[in-house]
This record gives sequence, C-alpha cells and structure tokens, in this order.
Amino acid sequence: MKTRYTFGGDEHVYVEMDDEMSLDAFFKSLSMSNAVRDAKIEGVTEICPANASFQVRFDPDAISPDDIMAKVKDLEHKAETAEKRLTTRIIEIPVFYQDPWTHETLMRFRERHQDPSGTDLDYAARINGFDTVDAFIEAHHSQPWFVSMVGFVAGLPFLYQLVEREKQLEVPKYLSPRTDTPKQTVGYGGCFSCIYSVRGAGGYQMFGITPMPIYDPEQKVAHLKDFMVFFKPGDIVKWKPIDRAEYDAILAEVEAGTYVPRIAEVEFDLDEFNADMRGTNAKMLEALNDA
Amino acid sequence: MTLKIKNPGLATSIQDLGRKGYFHLGIPLGGAMDRYALRAANMLVGNDEGAACLEAVFMGPEIEFTQTATVAVTGAQLPIKVDGEYQEPWSSFVVKAGQTLSFEFLQAGARLYIAVSGGITTPEALGSRSTYPIGSLGGVDGRAVQAGDELPTGGSEGPGAGRTVPDSLRRKPGTPARLRVLPGLYWHRLTDEAGAGFFEDEWKVAPEADRMGYRFKGGRPLEFVDREQPFGAGADPSNIVDGCYSYGSIQVPGGTEPIVLHRDAVSGGGYFTLGAVISADMDLIGQLQPHTAVKFEKVDMAQALEARKERKGMLARIREELG
Repeated sequence: MKTRYTFGGDEHVYVEMDDEMSLDAFFKSLSMSNAVRDAKIEGVTEICPANASFQVRFDPDAISPDDIMAKVKDLEHKAETAEKRLTTRIIEIPVFYQDPWTHETLMRFRERHQDPSGTDLDYAARINGFDTVDAFIEAHHSQPWFVSMVGFVAGLPFLYQLVEREKQLEVPKYLSPRTDTPKQTVGYGGCFSCIYSVRGAGGYQMFGITPMPIYDPEQKVAHLKDFMVFFKPGDIVKWKPIDRAEYDAILAEVEAGTYVPRIAEVEFDLDEFNADMRGTNAKMLEALNDA
Repeated sequence: MTLKIKNPGLATSIQDLGRKGYFHLGIPLGGAMDRYALRAANMLVGNDEGAACLEAVFMGPEIEFTQTATVAVTGAQLPIKVDGEYQEPWSSFVVKAGQTLSFEFLQAGARLYIAVSGGITTPEALGSRSTYPIGSLGGVDGRAVQAGDELPTGGSEGPGAGRTVPDSLRRKPGTPARLRVLPGLYWHRLTDEAGAGFFEDEWKVAPEADRMGYRFKGGRPLEFVDREQPFGAGADPSNIVDGCYSYGSIQVPGGTEPIVLHRDAVSGGGYFTLGAVISADMDLIGQLQPHTAVKFEKVDMAQALEARKERKGMLARIREELG
C-alpha cells in the first residue's frame, strides 16, 4: 500500500490509500479521514471517506492549498498507528432475489448487457464459476458485507464482502448504463454490492430488491425518522433471502410504520478478522440472531 | 406574496448557493450552476446574496406577481418583458401586483437567474432550498417548478428600479469558451501524448449537458498508460476503485468524451478523473449551450488561486457599485 496525495481542483485534497480495494486500505482511509475530522482544521468544510481513498474539501480563502496538504500528510502516521477496531452495527437486510421488478427492468435494457440471452444473475453465476444461480445467490448472502462508502446518489451504500480475496465475487458493470433502476434494487459491479436508494440510472448488475427503505427525504419511514439516510461507512450487512410472501408482508409493515430492522451492536477488529474470517463472521451473525 | 407560475419554461428550478456538508452521503452540492449570476441578481434586488432564485434553462418562465416586487434577471441573454414592456438585463426593475413577467427567445448563454425581492421562501431541506430532484429534496416538494405552482416569497418591495451591474462586471464565457483546468487526481493514468492532446484539441459541448455534468465531444480519444487493472477497479482502463468525485472534476469514460461534473453530480464512482476545472470557471460552464466550442487550458495552483481572487474581486466591485 502506498499513499498518494493530489489536489482535486483548488478546493479538494484527494488521498488514495491504495489503487486496489482491500479492507486494509478501507480501514486506513477511514482512520485517516477520522483523524482529519478530529484535527478540526480551520478551512476544512467536508470530509468524504470512500472505499480505498478519501477527499477533503477546503476553502482556499481560509487555508492555502499547500498548508492543508501538509496538515493532512502529517496525520498519516496517526492512521497507521490507530486501532483497526470499530464499534459498529450489523443489520439484516431482506432481499427478494430474482424478483419480478428488476427482472422486468433488466429485460428492458438487455441490449446494453454483456449477455443479452440470459439474466444478470445467470451471467454473474457463470463468470464466477458457479454451476447454478442458486449457488451464486447462496455465496452472495451467506457471509456478511462491510459498508465501505456511502454515495453516488443520496444514501447509496457500497458494500464489500467479508471473505478471502479469492472468494470475492466480481462482475463488470453493464456495457452502457441503464436509464432506469427500481428503487431498492440490490446491485453488483466490480467487487461491490450496492442498494439503489432511489429510482434512476445505474450500471450495476441487478440481483434482487429489498422491501426495506434506506432513504426517505420526508422522514416518514419509522427507522428513518431521526435522519433521512440509513447507512454510514463501517456498517455491516447480512442479506437475508426472502420470497414474495415475505416481501409483501415486510412492505405492509413498512407502510404501517411497524417495520423494525433487525440490528445488533458488534465490535469489528480487522486483525482478528484477518486471523479468522469465518470465526469472526460467525460471532457477528450470532449477535444478529440474538437481536 | 406569491409567484404564480403560468408557464414553467423548459427546466426551471429553485436554486440558492447550495447544500453544505452532505456530499459524504451522496447528496450533491446543489445550488445555481452560475453562482456569480445568482449573487449579482440577489444584490440587485437587495437580497442576501444566497437567497433562493429561479434558475431557468434555455427558455424563460411566465410568472404572475400577486404583489409589487423588485426583480432582476442575470445570466443568459434574452429579452425580458413585464406585461409586454421590455426590461434591462442585469438591472433591477419593478413588477407590480397583477403584472406578468415573461421572456422571448434565448440569444446567448444558457441559464438565467430571476431574483425577486425577499427571495423565494419555499421550505429548506438540509439547510438549502436548492432543488435536487433525484433525491426529492428542496424546490417545490423536491421537484422542479410546474405550471400552477404558487411560490412563496419574502414579500418585501425591495429597492426598486434603476440599479444596474456595469457591462464589464457581467461575466460570461468567451468564444471559444476557455475553461481553465488544474491537472491532478488520476492524471497519471494518461500517456503524456494524451495529456497534451486534451489541452491542444478543440472540444464542443455535447447535447448531454445538464446540472449533473457537461459532456464534451470532438477531441482525440485519450490513451491510458498500460497496467494490470487493480483488484476491484473493473476491467476498462478508465476504471478505478470507486472513489469520491471532486466538484468540477473531469472524467473520461472509455477515454472518449470528457464530462465535467457540476452541482448535482453523483458524489463518487468508478471512473478516473484527470483533474478539475478551477472553481473560478465553474460558473461559465452553466452558460454554455450545446455545440459551443471549448478549449481547456492547463493552469497551476497559483494561477487557479489568482483566478479565484479575480472572480471574488468582481463580485466585490458589484457590491460597491450597488452600495
């Protein structure tokens, strides 16, 4: 891992921890962006952590670009010595895989896909070496995921699976982006899963849909009353496969204002995880099942 | 007092200076694309410089006033009328109760800003009235302006007619439009030849040009430095592991058509960016019509800061002129 510093125009410092994705790069980026936030540097207006990089927005009328760059660089050692440990939450997200709505959408945009003859899941399963779509879906939901970035559009989480690199699922984006994606579609692009928070354009492959809203500008949904965006970097997600009947039941609860997502507080320690991935995951899933 | 929208025009939305502090959650900066013009319009009618105005694209709206107010229109050039009588651009004028403000066809520029004394006072969302339709935030119930809308305003009569911004302070793009760029971000992904070509070629604004971003066509395709794509980045040489996008950053998907990200851009993604248009020139992009010729000009940080100072100085001079 080699840190790279650069400017984004005259109002941003951009720091890339590594050019490839890894949990180590994510943790270092999160620690360092937290250190920049804690330093309360005059003239810094916003800090945006991303998967393996982060961006600091500053007001060049309040601090010179060279000064802010020097101050950010000085904080790198803090990130290196910081504990790679997070007190966070694990959330169960119900997913209706192979649902009729994403199916209708993917059929509508078939000519923009690598393999127009099948579905996005057929293609993803095949290129990742799975014999069946069911086996691929099983790999997608059996181990938990880490929210490594929130963004693109309002409140959309990027998720990275907590498994060995050789077990990571990888799928290219559509050849040319769709102009439509149903709200709450569970998507996949590169090594990241995502949930489309709103309806709109998108290039990720579509696997299913969740009935659980994750963005509500009116803040009417019960679990979004405190803030309109549900996710933050560091959240851990476990997908739970559901069928049509369960989907409809949860949707009714959401509309009635009685739906409560299943959430448990957990500790995530990167070194512990790297030493025993399955064991660490099992412990977190146990906490979730007890919630 | 309200503004009755009789005809909304093409894509008219409520904008102020934008939304601060939510970019890290994917909620864009928002706000006027030409913030210089918005500030000037507000100064002319005696508002706070960041008061909410109407931003109209290519075509003006038709608005009936329920009370007398001071009004100013800045930015794009098109004939302005009150009950059929022509009014001066970049100048304050009075619209009386019952009168209608309307516009003729666009002559130059792309976006006009209509400021009304007292400002538009629709509810704020996350600290701003700016419209972000994708996330249903701000504006009128999270959307652009429609016929039949009645927009509330602060209701003051304002300073009245006769205030004007001198010609020399009416900032607009030249021909060809010159956009100054600070190379950076993922500039190293380009070959030296591609980097030089980007600045040598003349580009034209593509039809896909909106509040999210402006696309450009006509220059040579950009070649990338060979590499094995890093894990998680995606197979195309223009792909990176998804990161944040800077305001004004220039992405070139597939190396073919550069896109400058603007106020409502996505906050991040998986395309490399070669640097960013400097903050002082972002206003100018808001005034570019499709097919306009554009040259990107390479600058360093000192030049970017100098340009920023110059823009600030022009706004300060408007402030002095108008007292």
